[in-house]
Amino acid sequence: MIVVEQPGLRTTVQDRGRVGLAHLGVPRSGAVDWYSAALANAIVGNETDAALLETTLTGPTLRFETAAVVAVAGAVADVAIDGELVQFGVAATVSPGQRLSIGTARDGLRSYLAVAGGIAAPPVLGSRSSDTLSGIGPSPLVAGDVLPIGAAPFTSSTPFAEKDGLPSKAMLGSVLPSAGRAVRVVRGPDAAEATMNSLCSQVFSVSRHADRVGVRLTGAMVAGGGEAATAGMVGGAIQLPPDGAPVVLLADHAVTGGYPVVAVVVAADLPIVAQARPGAALRFRAVSMAAAREAWAKVVEGLASAPTFGR
Amino acid sequence: MTVLGVREMGEWALLFDVRPADRHAVAARLRQAGVAGVDDVVSGESGVLVRFAPGAHIDVDALRAAADVAARDREVADVEEVVVPVRYDGADLGEVSRLTGLSTRQVVERHLAGTYVVAFVGFAPGFPYLDGLPPELQVPRLSTPRVRVEAGSVAIAGSRCCVYPGATPGGWRVIGHTDLRVFDVAASPPTPFEPGRRVRFVEAAE
Repeated sequence: MIVVEQPGLRTTVQDRGRVGLAHLGVPRSGAVDWYSAALANAIVGNETDAALLETTLTGPTLRFETAAVVAVAGAVADVAIDGELVQFGVAATVSPGQRLSIGTARDGLRSYLAVAGGIAAPPVLGSRSSDTLSGIGPSPLVAGDVLPIGAAPFTSSTPFAEKDGLPSKAMLGSVLPSAGRAVRVVRGPDAAEATMNSLCSQVFSVSRHADRVGVRLTGAMVAGGGEAATAGMVGGAIQLPPDGAPVVLLADHAVTGGYPVVAVVVAADLPIVAQARPGAALRFRAVSMAAAREAWAKVVEGLASAPTFGR
Repeated sequence: MTVLGVREMGEWALLFDVRPADRHAVAARLRQAGVAGVDDVVSGESGVLVRFAPGAHIDVDALRAAADVAARDREVADVEEVVVPVRYDGADLGEVSRLTGLSTRQVVERHLAGTYVVAFVGFAPGFPYLDGLPPELQVPRLSTPRVRVEAGSVAIAGSRCCVYPGATPGGWRVIGHTDLRVFDVAASPPTPFEPGRRVRFVEAAE
């Protein structure tokens, strides 16, 4: 069991989100940087879609009532147990009564705290994700909240080898702003060639309107915006409203939208957008559908080889 | 051919363009056909979006075939209509009367006489966009949306009618209220308003 002493700026429980209910208006939700969430889970030996905590810029202070194995991935921040810094992205054990705190992110926006066994908040409509658009699922953390922990996927006698839970720096940082990567996109269903070229030849910056629902870009304009017939949407869809300022949809996006979709961020690179805070620069690069699927396969392969605690 | 066109929406979703008349039957079929890797099937205005689990093998031919079957057996998709009891006490009823040139009683009667179909669900969980509003009731949205519209509000705008599932901001003109639970996470399914389902409004007993 975990007691929330300080919630941080905005900390939520997330897993892979709600699947199969989009036709009833239920957003997908789930970890916006699915890659870092999967990595944090893998490090503590969980299934990659187990429920964990997602921070926003500044993390929480938590008191553990029971022993646990934890790891933090995603946005790089100081992680301390009873005030003592632990190595980022590495499995650590917390004893009953100890406090774990995650500081302010130095690189990226969202850190993911995985606990072996997962956060066992009651599932709503098949998921433990906190959907900030519709309010479905657990509310964002407040001081005094108590979070149950699921049964750990290994026994307490599992030896904790030195090499366990040590993913490479490159692996931990691959979706963070410091990696300086362009965001790969495929052409959207409503895009003209010229629109794609315009999107991929300019530098945008993340505006203040950036949350789990989506990120409005600023700093450059793209011609060809307007309105479109209402259609189902996906995370990563880049909508182009009439004002020409693109909006990238993230996990809590409404299930349908009414603006043209000029491009879609490839699944492998959506975490880059999720980790970009207001003011950060974003560049896009067009790739083929085949390259996008290959990129996905490569990331999944990398995750499968992530060093895992207790296995 | 039921599917008129297929457009990619990223690497793990496809937009199927179908005739409006086929849309609901196709969406229901694709949802229930159990095609491997299909996570979500979302109805829109001009087609049906099929979302796949990332990494899934996408079998477009199987989906096209399922769509053909759906268009052929359209009547199979028919399910019981949703009956919505309404108290016509909405704050905008008077303004709708003024805009349409009908008396408030006539507005109520025209609204009751409509046969509605859920076009799609969006904006908020369980928020139904209903086709079938009588043309004489078509009014523009509020020029300034309300910060808060109560749950159960029955409202109209443009060619559509809606029912607010929870208290949210909103720009549709509220003509009445219902006690029907529009969205309930504990219910299965969480809302009766499934795309394609017919909806009838009845006047609630005082």
